[in-house]
Amino acid sequence: MDTVDRRIVNALQGGFPISECPYEDAARDLGLTQGELIERLKRLCADGVLSRFGPLYDAEQLGGAVTLAALSVPGERFEAVADLVNAHPEIAHNYARDHALNMWFVIATETPERIRQVIEDIEAETSLTVYNMPKINEFYIGLNLAV
Amino acid sequence: MWVSETDRELLAEIEGGLPLVRDPYAEIGRRIGLSEADVIDRLRALVDRGVIKRFGLVVRHRELGYLANAMVVWDVPDDLVQTIGQRAGTYPFVTLCYRRPRRLPRWPYNLFCMIHGRDRITVREQIARLNAETGLDDYDHAVLFSRRRFKQCGAQYGIRTAPEAA
Repeated sequence: MDTVDRRIVNALQGGFPISECPYEDAARDLGLTQGELIERLKRLCADGVLSRFGPLYDAEQLGGAVTLAALSVPGERFEAVADLVNAHPEIAHNYARDHALNMWFVIATETPERIRQVIEDIEAETSLTVYNMPKINEFYIGLNLAV
Repeated sequence: MWVSETDRELLAEIEGGLPLVRDPYAEIGRRIGLSEADVIDRLRALVDRGVIKRFGLVVRHRELGYLANAMVVWDVPDDLVQTIGQRAGTYPFVTLCYRRPRRLPRWPYNLFCMIHGRDRITVREQIARLNAETGLDDYDHAVLFSRRRFKQCGAQYGIRTAPEAA
């Protein structure tokens, strides 16, 4: 990545124009031509720097549900439990973390009722208690990082 | 809030990413039988309503050199968590900030921040700054660095959301 790539990433993480010629509008603000901007975005996507270029949706407004859940897994069972949890297609991601609650995963489903079912299934399969911590308030969601 | 079938079709069409062509909204419209103006109006309305939370680049943290991430949690009195959570969310290294329920006695924490940094030392410095400047120093907290990522991909349920943003 060169300095122009960094300027593009920093500028467009915050938002992208919704207009008839959005690349042209964004390029103008960055002092680039539309062609240069599109070529660089293609390369950044191909290089894997950008996971994608588009919208993030609010699952709840679309009728779906998302929650964060945790397990306290005995060390010797960790791999086996991770396999059981990750086998559920509703698990969006799963991290091992440093705490007595050492496995943290996101469950995303098409309906709110389905969350409870996935949790019950995981508890039955693992004989462990799932700590369900759905958000109460969202104070900030940015996912923006200066590069 | 109700989202129409046409809007859902539009969201499904762009969820994989905006086409890298001169007139991407016209291109999307051609695929699903809408005019460019209709696509633009609908997308603007979906952003205004918050159905689309963010519209822009989504970066891969690790590929950009952000190798450490910590979930930092605090036990903040319920009557203060709103004010302090909003303040914490203004720091550039805080990428997500939520209030969640405590699960006593095992889990006493109700404020959750995700903090990304180039390495653990940087993340620890950022946490120290956050604690000192926001008054969070007064409350019990825990820092949960990630040791390993097992799975990261959008859950497959038709329309993708930010998986990090549960």
